[in-house]
Amino acid sequence: MIEQLIIEGLAIGACYGLFGVAVAIIYKTSDVINFGQGEMGMISTFVTYHILAQYGLPFWLAFVLTMVFAVLLGVFIEFFFLRPAKDPTVLGLIIITLGAEMLLMGLAGWKWGAEQKDFTFPLSVQKVHEPIPGLVLNEWSIGVFALTALIMVLLFLFFRYSNLGIAMRATQQNQNAAKIMGIKVERVFSFTWGLSSLIGAVAAMFFAARSVLDPNFMMEPFMRAFAAAVLGGLTSIPGVVVGGLMLGLIENFFGYAWPVWKPIVAFVVIIIILTIRPSGLFAKHYVKKV
Amino acid sequence: MDMKRDYYEDIEVFSSGTVLFWSIALFVFLFTLPLYLSSYNVYLFNIILVHVILAVGLNILVGYTGQISLGHAGFFAIGAYGTALLMTHLGLPFFVAIIAAGLIAAFFGFIIGLPALRLEGPYLAIATLGFGLTIMHIIGRWDIFGGRMGIQTPPLDIGIPQWGLSALLDSDVKMYYLILVIAVVMVIGARNMMKTRIGRAFVAIRDDDIAAEVMGVNLLAFKTLSFAVSAFYAGVAGGLFGFVLGFFDPFTFNLILSIIFLVMIVVGGLGSVLGAVLGASLITYLQYDLLKNVDEMPYLGDVLVWISRKLFTVIGLENFNSIMLGLIMLGIVIFEPLGMFGIWIRIKKYWKTWPF
Repeated sequence: MIEQLIIEGLAIGACYGLFGVAVAIIYKTSDVINFGQGEMGMISTFVTYHILAQYGLPFWLAFVLTMVFAVLLGVFIEFFFLRPAKDPTVLGLIIITLGAEMLLMGLAGWKWGAEQKDFTFPLSVQKVHEPIPGLVLNEWSIGVFALTALIMVLLFLFFRYSNLGIAMRATQQNQNAAKIMGIKVERVFSFTWGLSSLIGAVAAMFFAARSVLDPNFMMEPFMRAFAAAVLGGLTSIPGVVVGGLMLGLIENFFGYAWPVWKPIVAFVVIIIILTIRPSGLFAKHYVKKV
Repeated sequence: MDMKRDYYEDIEVFSSGTVLFWSIALFVFLFTLPLYLSSYNVYLFNIILVHVILAVGLNILVGYTGQISLGHAGFFAIGAYGTALLMTHLGLPFFVAIIAAGLIAAFFGFIIGLPALRLEGPYLAIATLGFGLTIMHIIGRWDIFGGRMGIQTPPLDIGIPQWGLSALLDSDVKMYYLILVIAVVMVIGARNMMKTRIGRAFVAIRDDDIAAEVMGVNLLAFKTLSFAVSAFYAGVAGGLFGFVLGFFDPFTFNLILSIIFLVMIVVGGLGSVLGAVLGASLITYLQYDLLKNVDEMPYLGDVLVWISRKLFTVIGLENFNSIMLGLIMLGIVIFEPLGMFGIWIRIKKYWKTWPF
């Protein structure tokens, strides 16, 4: 029983972590908290659903098309909503992303209505395997673990070795210096949003496979993932994944003991952790100097 | 232009006779308003006034002190449930109950203000967001709060019925006068507060908290005070809101409501009482009236229904509300970061310096 709780918790936690990485990439590069991330993933999942339901294409093709759509959506939002704002404050940026969230949620509700839909996803929660006796894994968890590991390795290689990844890190450290070094900072931001939107869309599909598909379905997972990202420290990508895993575990154990309070345990933990470590567990806390 | 020549000019509530005159004119107009309005519009004005109280309070926290709150629906809920339950179960008179509920909300604001001493920006946003969701969930779970089914407010009696001094407010118009008086008192109170030592300390914290601390502003006291005052406003507004609705459940106070509160003050203009009033009025009007039945609007409604048939679904047209709100939020930050108050300032400047 206890192993099963741990496995389940880690699986959902990895999914939170993956989505949290999408939030963290944007925050790392441009200091923007993207409250619209959940709805960007939601719209992308709806696009997959639409392609599958309307045109009857095979899943892999729909998946590829959705990924293209997700990247374009991210770039679109950065280009049209964030770039025109002149010297926005932290609150201004939050309002912009919240505005994008409301806009996307409204559009999805307008297009697909509020009723819940079933999302056909090749990896189901029902099909289980038993690789080692006593350890039951469902296909969904295997998929999440494999994908999270893969994306983490790819991101590590990308940030370590590719020119673009290094440019993103440079932009994060000092925008003006990066500009002087010949980095097109705006283009880096657009790329960041595209990349983040792509990762978010993949994670959103996994969430949709677990629950149902309606315009609100990403609200709860997004807040959990955001909480996980804050828990790990928004600026450290491995920290975010570890934070997600921890949150998944805490939530699953708590949910087992006191099912009634499962939805809020994440936030109570976050408030306590933030009181003790104001920048999360794994990020260095910078004290502002005068 | 508005040159301040001495200290007393800076701390006056009304900066000139003209402002005082027009304020009184507006007040008289508002007092006679129910004479010209239908009953639905009075109900709408009740909601607007409640939101004005809340927005002015939220603006003290966000606009003047520079902290972010995504959990104000939580304080709003504490006020609404607190007032209704204190009156139903303890039989307290209305004014005692609403002030007690406001103070309970203020206490929670103080509690949330403590971690806020070390948090800023996104971290504060997630902490307050978590607070709002937690409150909503706790209320939804405990039977004393009526659970998910919601609760009915008791009859609104502003006298003390136990002593035989009953003054029952049973219509929207009577409730309008009560809310109007409370709103005016609280708006003037907020404006006055911003001219005192406390208000200047808040502004100093917003501009630079380290510099403020060096100047002798006690951060612990004033940041928590700002949260508490703001929560008190939200609590009182929530108490009145409960009576305006008559019936409410925990989902009335969801995250979207917190976002809408934030939108009100950003659209109105941060750091200005007038802006909060304007923003709350505009957003509430859009939410509750103009965008509610968008398909029945002349011309535009037909066009939207036609677009819905072609590209979207007609049944989903009710989501147009959320689309418009999103566009307003994006537009205001991109094109007019100072909000409606900024537009007002520009118009004023244009006329004062006219040929130039």
